[in-house]
Amino acid sequence: MDLSPVLISMKTAATAIIITFFVGIAVAYWVVNMKHEKLKMIFDGILTLPLVLPPTVAGFFLLYIFGVKRPVGKLLLEFLGVKIAFSWGATVLAAVVISFPLMYRSARGAFELVDSNLLYAGRTLGMSEWSIFWRILFPNAMSGILSGGILAFARGLGEFGATAMIAGNIAGKTRTLPLAVYSNVAAGDMQGAYQYVLVLVVISFFVVTGMNYVTYVFQKYNFTEEVPRIKRKRKQR
Amino acid sequence: MKKLQADFQKKLKNFDLQMRFAMEEGCLGILGASGCGKSMTLKTIAGIVTPDEGKISTEKTVFYDSAEKLSLAPQKRKVGYLFQNYALFPNMTVAENIAAGIRPREEGTAFRAGKQNVREQVKNLLVQFQLEGFENQYPMKLSGGQQQRTALARILASRPDILLLDEPFSAMDSYLREELQIELNKRLKAFSGCTIIVSHDRDEIYKLCTHTMIMGEGRNIICEETEKLFSNPGYMQAARLTGCKNISRAKRTGIRTVQALDWGVEFCVDREMPEQLSYIGVRAHDFIPIAVNDERQENVIQVYPCDVTRAPFEWTLLFQNKEDPKEYIWMKQERGKWQIPQKVWVSPEKILLLKE
Repeated sequence: MDLSPVLISMKTAATAIIITFFVGIAVAYWVVNMKHEKLKMIFDGILTLPLVLPPTVAGFFLLYIFGVKRPVGKLLLEFLGVKIAFSWGATVLAAVVISFPLMYRSARGAFELVDSNLLYAGRTLGMSEWSIFWRILFPNAMSGILSGGILAFARGLGEFGATAMIAGNIAGKTRTLPLAVYSNVAAGDMQGAYQYVLVLVVISFFVVTGMNYVTYVFQKYNFTEEVPRIKRKRKQR
Repeated sequence: MKKLQADFQKKLKNFDLQMRFAMEEGCLGILGASGCGKSMTLKTIAGIVTPDEGKISTEKTVFYDSAEKLSLAPQKRKVGYLFQNYALFPNMTVAENIAAGIRPREEGTAFRAGKQNVREQVKNLLVQFQLEGFENQYPMKLSGGQQQRTALARILASRPDILLLDEPFSAMDSYLREELQIELNKRLKAFSGCTIIVSHDRDEIYKLCTHTMIMGEGRNIICEETEKLFSNPGYMQAARLTGCKNISRAKRTGIRTVQALDWGVEFCVDREMPEQLSYIGVRAHDFIPIAVNDERQENVIQVYPCDVTRAPFEWTLLFQNKEDPKEYIWMKQERGKWQIPQKVWVSPEKILLLKE
């Protein structure tokens, strides 16, 4: 079995989730705090679009923006010497764009579930907005954010349509697991496709189970237990 | 100079909030029905909500001034806000919650609270609020009283100039409530700044506040010393909110006589009646049963009993005027002397003369 699709997929999904995770949280925070209700709806619509559009359409748009003959793609190529289309970077870009709505929506939902009185309390107590975010909002939205992250990771790993459009299907370079499954089937190599399918199924299963576990842990923990004694002693010293 | 001055407007969904009041040191209670804008008033003072226009200031700082386009961040107002649900941070222990209230930097000085200092302050507050032994517990595990104490300790850790308490006892059962009211009363007396308590419970306000403001539909109806307000509410809404069960439309019939139109009774009063008198009120406890052969003529009602309910310590009688039955009148008596009277009497000074 050629392992390169597995490695490319893992590398792509790992890089993509780092970007998606932080950008998704930042954008969610920004949208949640938007004052203008109508603008908020419009932005939310745009940000959720990649989730409802067929990935090939998202890929089409990406190609339209980052293609070497397009303004943005041209600019990147001429001034930075970076070619996005049909490079490994394009697989990451596709995964980020497609998995972004999942991260963004989960984080937004999680933020909105946090009792706004907690944030107000933080403000009246004199805490800075920065520490309110990191010490109150983020920890209390943690379970939603984590499960969103896991979902986004799985989605990035399974990305096919947009990747095929903007990154192509170059063996050893942009051929990710889903593309390898497709290529092998297209070439009539069912045995080869079977192995990749198995890898994908196993990883996806662990991801979903992991998500359930995270939810379970947070529900059980739910900040109702006393801090373990060992930790307490360390603190006192 | 007054300690806190507020004069602001804000458009809300159902009505406009138009508040104007000033207070000195002590404790002001804001009494009003649910949804009349009480909490909104507190939130505006704290800076959580921004009004449309007006000015809010203390003797030291201006919080908000629409004329100068100035709105101080809630972080800088030094206003402690006790939320209805206490808003304890669920991801922090009691000690961490209290420490979160300590300001890292004292405004205007080079002082920075070091770790050692924070720990000491937290320890002092834990002792002061009887929370020793709970410092490593998460808020969800605490009882209602402990949660309230933690929230108060956290607020005092931030050294506020003003305390705002939003329905501090609404989440508690009646037994706990009375105990905590006494406790809170002590703590408020020790607090040097001014305090505003918002509540729909008149007993709470009466026990805790030196001054009381009655609010209705976003407006300040009357603001008065608590004792005075309860003995002479002056306004129909104030009478209702201070617990007056019997309010009737009224018509002046003489210099010292007034007709209660809803009850079909004429009353004598012992003082001047205001020009705009439109209601009179009698508290349910102020009816006194008298003997059938009693010779009093004025302010006597022949009782036509309709309904009796018994509570553990008092009983309530609903009755009508036998001679001219109209609306029901409420009467409350302590348990023990329990017997349905045939005649009741009201002392002229107990009749509340009310404006619209």
